[in-house]
Amino acid sequence: MSHEYVPLDPSVAPLGTRDFRDAGGLPAAAWRADQTEQTLVPTHCCFCGVQCGMYLRVDGHGKVFGVEPRNHDINRMRLCPKGINAYQQVNHPDRLTAPLMRRSRDEEFREVSWEEALDFTVAEIHRIQAEHGRDAFGMLGGASLFSEKTYLVGKFARVALKTRHVDYNGRLCMVSAAGANKLAFGIDRAGNPFSDMLQTDCLLIAGANVGECFPVLTQYVWGARDRGATLIVVDPRETAVARTADIHVALKSGTDSAFFNAVLHVIVEEGLTDEAFLAEHATGWAEVKATVKEYPPARAAEICGVPEEQIVQVARMFGRAERAMACHARGIEHHTQGVENCLTVINLCAATGNLGRPGAGYGTLTGQGNGQGGREHGQKSDLLPGGRSINDPVHRRQISAIWGIEESELPQAGTSMMEMVWQMQRHEIRGLIGVCNNPFVSLPNYAVVKDGYDKLEFHAQLDFFLSETAANAHVVFPVTTWAEDEGVMANAEARVIKHNKAQEPPAGVRTDTWVMCELARRLGEGGKFAFEGSKDVFDELRRASAGTVIDYYGITYDRLEATGGIVWPCPSLEHPGTPRLFEDGRTYHPDGKVHLQVVEWRPPADPYSDEFPMRLTTGRTVAHFLSGNQTRRLGGLVEQTPRPWVEIHPSHGFRNGEPVRVVTRRGSEVLPALVTEAIRPDHVFVPYHWPYPTAANALTIDALDPRSKIPEYKVCAVRIERAEAIDPVPAPPVPPGREPYPEAQVSRTDPLPPTSPQGRGTAERG
Amino acid sequence: MLGRTIFIDPGRCIGCQACVSACRECDSHRGKSMIHLDYPDEGRTVASLPTVCMHCEDPVAPCAEVCPAEAILITADGVVQEADPTRCIGCANCVNACPFGVPKIDLEAKLQMKCNLCYDRTSYGLAPMCATVCPTGALFYGTVEELQAERPGVDVSTMFAFGDTVVSTGVAMVVSGERRAPVPGGTLNLIEVNGRPTPGNGARA
Repeated sequence: MSHEYVPLDPSVAPLGTRDFRDAGGLPAAAWRADQTEQTLVPTHCCFCGVQCGMYLRVDGHGKVFGVEPRNHDINRMRLCPKGINAYQQVNHPDRLTAPLMRRSRDEEFREVSWEEALDFTVAEIHRIQAEHGRDAFGMLGGASLFSEKTYLVGKFARVALKTRHVDYNGRLCMVSAAGANKLAFGIDRAGNPFSDMLQTDCLLIAGANVGECFPVLTQYVWGARDRGATLIVVDPRETAVARTADIHVALKSGTDSAFFNAVLHVIVEEGLTDEAFLAEHATGWAEVKATVKEYPPARAAEICGVPEEQIVQVARMFGRAERAMACHARGIEHHTQGVENCLTVINLCAATGNLGRPGAGYGTLTGQGNGQGGREHGQKSDLLPGGRSINDPVHRRQISAIWGIEESELPQAGTSMMEMVWQMQRHEIRGLIGVCNNPFVSLPNYAVVKDGYDKLEFHAQLDFFLSETAANAHVVFPVTTWAEDEGVMANAEARVIKHNKAQEPPAGVRTDTWVMCELARRLGEGGKFAFEGSKDVFDELRRASAGTVIDYYGITYDRLEATGGIVWPCPSLEHPGTPRLFEDGRTYHPDGKVHLQVVEWRPPADPYSDEFPMRLTTGRTVAHFLSGNQTRRLGGLVEQTPRPWVEIHPSHGFRNGEPVRVVTRRGSEVLPALVTEAIRPDHVFVPYHWPYPTAANALTIDALDPRSKIPEYKVCAVRIERAEAIDPVPAPPVPPGREPYPEAQVSRTDPLPPTSPQGRGTAERG
Repeated sequence: MLGRTIFIDPGRCIGCQACVSACRECDSHRGKSMIHLDYPDEGRTVASLPTVCMHCEDPVAPCAEVCPAEAILITADGVVQEADPTRCIGCANCVNACPFGVPKIDLEAKLQMKCNLCYDRTSYGLAPMCATVCPTGALFYGTVEELQAERPGVDVSTMFAFGDTVVSTGVAMVVSGERRAPVPGGTLNLIEVNGRPTPGNGARA
């Protein structure tokens, strides 16, 4: 008998042990003893603003291959389906691993060296800025970047590109809440930690589909109810959380401020205001009181399309609660009066004295992972690090000193993301670098966005998958996923947490930090971008934020690794952080008062007519994230929710799954009907994670809030028609010569709507 | 007597399917989820309901009782294991016998698939993946005392009535404190089988 030597790889089951039982149901040859070889790397999810803790499972070869729940203070081991599947992006076959380049959009992309891609990019920056001025080149960042990288986006644009045109995709997300917070409180963040929900007596959730967009927050909502709290949900759709609420106010989209003014009207009428709090801690109450007097429940009931009694019930439930809390999200923020909508909620909390106490307060639920941190350190068109204003001479001097430039060299304020697209259409912006965003899916009125980007003479995009936007660019730089670099994010509580590096990036992939620093070096500003990695950037960010309201000075990587995160302001290394604001009754305005603001309801921008009689509202579904560039490539999530649909009330006479043409003044597309009583009869809903021709944002209007410049995603005029065939969902883009990972795309061509907005039931899958 | 087990509270479920994704991550059946997630009120509400194996105690494991290959084994702790793949013939008798509709058949492999309460994890001292990640606690793993400490006023039931037949289970359903009667099962009220009336519908005693 000859001896056959078996190569011993400790992570592969040796021959002879390969019987089916040991393999636990998998083909024995495919079984790998990963569980004995793995390392668990503590980190956080890459997706939403809850920032759940998780462990990434790393095998003996140093590759991320799984996820394990982590008992972090934020999420207590809980994860949503996006978080569980997130790790699959890291070693995904669709990853970009070489720079892509072409000199014009008529050519196909070809893979080039980093040298060639960087040279071309720098040459184009020089050419465009020499011919058309520095401001003709723009930069757009993103709020899923680590804070260090968002800081770099702002610094790179102003110091290396020397352009005023820099903004980021948080402009499409939480800027309305930011604007309202700054006006009312002089500080831009939520007032209370998530855990305060567990101590409240009444929780009001306005325009937030918590169960789908922040699933892990539901544990706090249910925990509050276990302890006897009442729950009020304001949403045109009966979402999973609205379904069981004590009061579900299914108002018409675009009428929030009328509703909240009327609630405050009743609170005043019934003597439920906290006059002592108002007298001591607020300004503008007399004016607000006079304004809401004009909003009796009957008037609001007419505007909002809800029963008059419901307004009274909400006022009593909220007004009589010992401790009440209000949270809102994009539902009230994505409007041409988004800032004002948020202000009406703030007015309600302040008038009832519900601020700065355990279980009593206010906060916005940020959508993107770093939605909070991404807006703090200077990638917004009018802000500098530490939330400083670019229009304030003192702030300009401070940052110029830190950056080592003359104040006169620091550009002035730029324009918002949507306005920049309009400027591209007008050839005012001719070159663009985009990082961590996918405006072809995420910006409203796709036709305008496509036109704007097509007019760019040069467009570079940084991403780890080829997004729809990147697929239209001249140069695409392949960069790291969140698991291949370290950095901090601030979640919806303003809690700064640290993401740790779990594996080395694939060959050919660089960090966004490296790309920006290298471009800066080639633009002649290398000395100001001598960063080895995130930690160096973070140390500069800490110094740049010191002494401001958004003070990170006391937060270090070491402290973050030793704790579950630190909530800013944190001015010194001994400071414990500030989980709850206004505990001493003072806001961050110089007078320490809440500045109440008068709000009058205005109708949405897109007028209704006989031709467009209904309201279209858009939003998210639980299995997908934002523009879907990540989640539309993950098999489990595609299987759960393969395609978009149009949600309509049965009164329109459509059968489930029938093709329905959804028409607005900007576009039309055919989607399968999801017929449900859980939506108002005068509304239709389309989720927005998919690209043209199944993009909700080919239908939405590019009308902006005058203050926050947020687009009005949540309401526009629409009609529905019978149609023949549904529009197919395009496959996610990949570089030439490759196909999207087929196993992940199996369900994409399913023509049916999901069973329920949360996805297809397990029995409904092929 | 309930030890550490799964408690199901459909009233809390938001239908997010984290449990379905989590089940797929298990090392013993990666890529395949054993959880059923249904939207039972389709077209009216977004209500949802997760189903895991209930680990029937009395009558003990109907799935195992009808298995012609004696492939479904029950461990001493009352956990009804998935069919032993060296014995399972993929006949689907267990699928038909289960009052809760839990087992599935992998047609390609001709093997049964079923939740085994994450035996690979619980034997390491870890909670089942589905109940660990469930964002809402609709699936909860622990003891009844731990459950009640978190959720004052709730009670649990392990009794399920299918017509006149009551099945008691090792996995429990959360019910309100006032209700300790068996949870009504979802089966049709059978009045006749093969032309003969069923008990309670005219069958002779």
